Amino acid sequence: MTSTRENTTLEAKQNASQEPLVVSGLFKSFGSQKVLSGVDLTADHGETVVVLGRSGTGKSVLLKLIVGLQQPDSGSIQIHGQEIVGLEMDGLNEIRKKIGFLFQQAALYDSLTVEENVAFPLNRHTTLSDAERREKVRGLLADVGMDHDLNKMPSDISGGMQKRVGLARALALDPDILLFDEPTSGLDPITAAEIGDLIMKLKKERNLTSVVVTHDVHGAKSFADRVVLLREGKVVIDGPFPQLEQSRDPFVVQFLKDAA
Amino acid sequence: MPVDPIHAVKTWITIFFEWFGGLGLFCARVARATFGVPWEGRELLRQMDAIGSKSFPLVALAGAATGIVLSLQTRESLTRFGAKGMLPAVIVFSLIKESGPVITALIVSGRVGAGIGAELGSMRVTEQIDAMEVSAVNPYKFLASTRVMACLLMLPLLTLTADASGIILGWISSTLSQPITFRLFLHSGLKSATLSDFLPPTCKTAVFGLIIGFVSCFQGMSTRGGTAGVGRSATSSVVLSSIFIILADVILVRFIQVFFPS
Repeated sequence: MTSTRENTTLEAKQNASQEPLVVSGLFKSFGSQKVLSGVDLTADHGETVVVLGRSGTGKSVLLKLIVGLQQPDSGSIQIHGQEIVGLEMDGLNEIRKKIGFLFQQAALYDSLTVEENVAFPLNRHTTLSDAERREKVRGLLADVGMDHDLNKMPSDISGGMQKRVGLARALALDPDILLFDEPTSGLDPITAAEIGDLIMKLKKERNLTSVVVTHDVHGAKSFADRVVLLREGKVVIDGPFPQLEQSRDPFVVQFLKDAA
Repeated sequence: MPVDPIHAVKTWITIFFEWFGGLGLFCARVARATFGVPWEGRELLRQMDAIGSKSFPLVALAGAATGIVLSLQTRESLTRFGAKGMLPAVIVFSLIKESGPVITALIVSGRVGAGIGAELGSMRVTEQIDAMEVSAVNPYKFLASTRVMACLLMLPLLTLTADASGIILGWISSTLSQPITFRLFLHSGLKSATLSDFLPPTCKTAVFGLIIGFVSCFQGMSTRGGTAGVGRSATSSVVLSSIFIILADVILVRFIQVFFPS
């Protein structure tokens, strides 16, 4: 028994010392269309990495590969040192419990209320009592400013509110990695800024490792510790935001000019 | 631009085998997911209610209409051949052996198959199924297995409903022309019936339930192409389920004749 506990502690220490996310040499094609051509990406503890690029450069595919929704043609994806490429469903699901994912359109279950949406992962994977679960759900929704709309259906709330609820659901299992797929797309500038502020707040409060896929350069500037710019499935720049701004690469210059 | 017939045939053959291969893999995944924890009892009950209880009025109505039509149509023919006394038996046997099971299956494939195809298709295109997978919940278990099991369990019960309402309305229809007590009607109808006339045809609807569940869930979960794709999934769920039910019925009737002779 003691030995098991020691092993668990050792494993936890190893996990803590290993980088939360290491992607190396990732290739992905759909038929003859190459989407990712050897992408490398790392994210350190508490770091927010923003992946920028034009539409169709494989940003969202990269996130889906990281969470195991799609399989790469080749390459490696390690979450806390554990390889997930080729992992069996049960093993993959254990890893997924440590990862939160905010989808581009929030992807709330449209037959469930706001409260039920956030409770869904808790119902499946925790042994909390009804009262404890309700308290946790309300706490999560309060964190994202949605604790007054518990019984509303997703179709009855705005896109920005859906993203907030999606974020609360993504945080339900207390993940240590959070993936955002276009968190501000389709939102008005004020709501987009609010979502950006929410990402900053979570970063401070929870020290989460985040990967944010977006083409919102202004938003990225506010919450990125590091920026990765993709072009035709390859990494053009990987560094802090000022490095992107100082780059003389014609593609980078044009990208920033178009985004202005 | 002229279409190359050989190329077109090759494309169709490829699509045909890809579809069946995909369906086979899907069935294997769902079957594997079905026999493992968690059991998803609450979701199964919810689906049994959605598929079974909510189909009850429609199935009862269809069974009743069939009973009335059988009574009206066969009375005339039987009278012509001097076998009017056989009317209860003809109604009961037609309903329990063929009309009840097939009509129930086709009605459920229309109501439930379209619903499953559209619901899961919509969940696929709006990334709700992806969200479920990311939450470490197996959608083959939570969404597909529960629906397939609900179809499997509810079809025989709905068939009994159709049989019962058909027999009752068949009796009402025939007693309006020539009064007969329900007890005598039932006695005349069932006196030569054995368990093998009743059980195998009712149980074969479990196979129809499997067909509706698997085909509709597969079509829904493999939806591509936005709202138009959802529409296509709903339609193809009904069309393919109905075709496979009719084909399976031919095979199952022969199977029952061989293994459960009257």
